[in-house]
Amino acid sequence: MTARLRVDYITCGGRGICAELLPELISGDDWGFPIVTGESVPPRLLGDARVTARACPLLALRLEPHTPSGTP
Amino acid sequence: MIVRELVLLGDGRTDLATHLARYGPLPATIDRAALLRDVDGAGLTGRGGAAYPAARKIAAVARNAARTRRDPLVIGNGTEGEPAIDKDKTLMTRSPHLVLDGAQIAALLTGAPAAVIVVHPRALGAMKHAAAERAGGPVRLSVRRAADGFVAGEATATACWVARGASTPTGTPPRLSEHGPAGVPTLVQNVETLAHLALIARYGPAWFRSAGTPSEPGSMLVTITGAVRAPGVREIGIGMPVRHVLEQADGPSAPLRALLLGGYSGAWANAAEAMGLPLSAAGLADLGAAPGAGLVAALPADACGLQETARLARYLARQSAGQCGPCVFGLDAIATEVSRIADGRGGGIALLTRWLGQVDGRGACSHTSGAARLIRSALRVFGDDLADHAAGRCAVSPGVIR
Repeated sequence: MTARLRVDYITCGGRGICAELLPELISGDDWGFPIVTGESVPPRLLGDARVTARACPLLALRLEPHTPSGTP
Repeated sequence: MIVRELVLLGDGRTDLATHLARYGPLPATIDRAALLRDVDGAGLTGRGGAAYPAARKIAAVARNAARTRRDPLVIGNGTEGEPAIDKDKTLMTRSPHLVLDGAQIAALLTGAPAAVIVVHPRALGAMKHAAAERAGGPVRLSVRRAADGFVAGEATATACWVARGASTPTGTPPRLSEHGPAGVPTLVQNVETLAHLALIARYGPAWFRSAGTPSEPGSMLVTITGAVRAPGVREIGIGMPVRHVLEQADGPSAPLRALLLGGYSGAWANAAEAMGLPLSAAGLADLGAAPGAGLVAALPADACGLQETARLARYLARQSAGQCGPCVFGLDAIATEVSRIADGRGGGIALLTRWLGQVDGRGACSHTSGAARLIRSALRVFGDDLADHAAGRCAVSPGVIR
């Protein structure tokens, strides 16, 4: 399965836990809000990505199936 | 005779009888599949700025409504919160029934029993009057006042305004076509797009394609403003050379430096480079610009583009809906940095560029991306001024550095 990490920026409070847990894929911007690198999660990091998404205290980080963009 | 103008400035009459005399009636019966094919064949795209194919959006809403067995919601978006753009207000004031025709057709195509038109306060009277004239038609048409503000016209914000009375973007997924804020598949179309739909239903796709270019067919409304002799809203065939677009407003009133194209979240273009290009997505792509929501704003040669951009950047930062961190903190910091650069107070291009990269594409809507596009274009087009400003002078408009 192809998966990607998506931040719900409306919910995100910029606590930075995700960037600490998964520095391979998530960094922080200059205000502490997460920047996800890469379109999809490499298979070897899927487990870590799942744990990281579950660790977000605001449930703002989702690991979801990766589908190509289409209709708005 | 086929009347092709969306906005008729003639005698100013907007009543239903005059409308029907001008354009003729809508077809008595509508074959949904055939009309949807016609809209697809016409190549109509959204005129609110994003230029998404209208037929695809309509078909997705119709499909999702049928699958979920829910009545979809159709929203005509006449919020037009962008201060420099007047085309939707002009359209709704001069041709309100064309917008209502389009809303009615969009409702029939998607299977919606009702459509809501969200209207800028300045056009509210004309639209309400027109809607009252058509009470009892096949689709329940209602008109409501739009929320204030730049972001209120973003499609999810407009849908949220209709559903919950709060004009904040909701973010996707879920897509509006799947599950809008009202809980049902939702179609949000700009009011100008609806007006085009009303004419395609009458005159067909071949007629629609007789204006514009093969890849970007039809006409569009543009707001021509700034340093032109007769600013205002005009209708042009997509792809008209920029020089001719300015002539629709009796031409420049001064030597021009640059043009702001598309909207506040559009892009600056060097005036001399843009003049010969077609006003179309393909024509402007090399400049990093697009027709967007149809703004063509002319900046005279003696005005400082960096100062103008600083004002726009501050405006866009203040217009944030306040929901997403990168937008709230990033756009504010960026606006401050652009001001420092424009005022010759030592702002850093490297820092600004870094922040533009950090906010671009991050947020529930495209507000940060639009602001980033605008400011990046300013750094390109007004690049020669940056060194001057850093040295504490402005060659273009000496008064702006204090």
